[in-house]
Amino acid sequence: MIVEAAGLRKSYGTQQVLDGVDLQVAEGSVLALLGPNGAGKTTTVRVLSTLTRPDGGSARIAGHDVVRDPVGVRGVISLTGQFAALDDRQTGLENLAMMGRLAHLGRTTARRRAGELLDRFDLVAAADRRVGAWSGGMRRRLDLAMSLISAPRVVFLDEPTTGLDPASRATTWDAISELVAAGTTLVLTTQYLEEADRLADRVVLIDAGRVTAEGTPDALKARVGGERLELHLLDPAERPQALTALGPGAVPGPGDTVVHLPSDGSAAHLRAVLDRLDDAGVPLARVSAHRPTLDDVFLALTARAPQPAPVPA
Amino acid sequence: MTSTALPAPVHGGVRNAVGDALTLTGRCIRLTRRDTDTMVMSLVLPLLMMSLFVYVFGGAITTGSAYIDYVVPGIVLLCTGYGAASTAMAVAADTESGMVDRLRSLPVRAWTVLLGHVAASVTRNAVSTAVVVGAAVAMGFRPDAGPAEWALTAGLLLLYVLALSWLAAGLGALASSVESASALSFAMLFLPYLSSAFVPTDSMPAVLRAVAENQPITPVIETVRGLLTGTPIGGTGWTALTWCLGLLAVSVAFASWAFRRRTRR
Repeated sequence: MIVEAAGLRKSYGTQQVLDGVDLQVAEGSVLALLGPNGAGKTTTVRVLSTLTRPDGGSARIAGHDVVRDPVGVRGVISLTGQFAALDDRQTGLENLAMMGRLAHLGRTTARRRAGELLDRFDLVAAADRRVGAWSGGMRRRLDLAMSLISAPRVVFLDEPTTGLDPASRATTWDAISELVAAGTTLVLTTQYLEEADRLADRVVLIDAGRVTAEGTPDALKARVGGERLELHLLDPAERPQALTALGPGAVPGPGDTVVHLPSDGSAAHLRAVLDRLDDAGVPLARVSAHRPTLDDVFLALTARAPQPAPVPA
Repeated sequence: MTSTALPAPVHGGVRNAVGDALTLTGRCIRLTRRDTDTMVMSLVLPLLMMSLFVYVFGGAITTGSAYIDYVVPGIVLLCTGYGAASTAMAVAADTESGMVDRLRSLPVRAWTVLLGHVAASVTRNAVSTAVVVGAAVAMGFRPDAGPAEWALTAGLLLLYVLALSWLAAGLGALASSVESASALSFAMLFLPYLSSAFVPTDSMPAVLRAVAENQPITPVIETVRGLLTGTPIGGTGWTALTWCLGLLAVSVAFASWAFRRRTRR
């Protein structure tokens, strides 16, 4: 395991931000830390990248301890924060070359490597212009390029596509995929299930400073459930009949007229459901289809959900 | 992309630390040079202030000699205050933008980041001081200092600017934003007015006079004035040196503490 963390704890004042986080990342794989704002994703990344000292627990990156050997850790990682950290008054090339020299590549190697990355991220035309005048998407690409200058073994990306337009998001995803294809280990944080789904081999769900679930994206989605139908009855008194008619899987939803039912989303299934309710003499007010969202993941998997949604079999 | 084989770089060691500090100093100097506001602040403003004091106020101020000879050391100290204050804003801007985090995730020692800002500040102030003194000579400033006096003046001013730059860097790390860094460094801009920079302290009311005579800027100014124009220095030189060294020690400690406090979160 190239990244190993055990029992990481961190609090700011009375607020416990990390409450015993365990993580393991295999070399060459992609781990997504998924969670809402304030869950502890960024703090986890800050601890792993030596920016923040944990109050308890331990973490090692490629064998270097984050507390005892931070410079050793920094020699094998790179970090791209939530906001593009660039010098607006330096050109793209100057920004890159500076990072290369600070990674101790030597002046010549730094320049050559900067040229390669500009080419790869499609920034050659803008390379000699000051970054202050660049578009948001270009800035994010340069940001990523800057963190790759030293060919790090582990790359940390903190919400790499938050605030990007769809086109820039797609470009960034492509760049990340290429990186992964080249064998780099990646740890990224995200609020988007879709992003984790698209990029990650494994997903760790963090909430209130704890790991609440982990697994492959498919396994995680299976735990949350697939698409489901939301059936609104006309008469609350008929709900027991509806539940009986629909069989196992059907559960009462919020309010007194709603029934939830897992579905494959097909028209045939919907027709069958309507037929069954018809046969039972239960009239419906309306039907809506519901795809799993990150909200559902949290409703299903966090303890603080007001009404934990049952996990369909 | 891993097709490019990179030689395994070596991190740590004094050579790398010095190289990192130079790279980061170069960065700060480049950023300053391209920042119109700071350039105006550190070059044009002192010249305007000097013209203002020499040609507008100077005629009404009696100092016992040509006013320009009296006021130039004060202007020089005033302009180093402005120059150092912009360091506070530069450090705060780096912290706010995430640049400090980015630099700290590299295999460089954290203090080289601050050192880069301080070294750039000293360089910037050296240039603007040279410009101000040059302009003063063109306006009629006639120092009678020999090479030894000039060297002592330069040494004292460097020490003073170094101390002030560390103080500003610390304030920048302490501040929660660029705006508050600017507000925190206000004292550095204001203190020269409450000194013997522009008028002799014996023209001030008793309370202000006590403040003016016991703050660090007055002895530094009196020493520079004595070295350049031959006014008596006496023990003031040692007072100035003690102030500067003390201020430097306190400022470095303060800046390290503030930077650590800000970044170890």
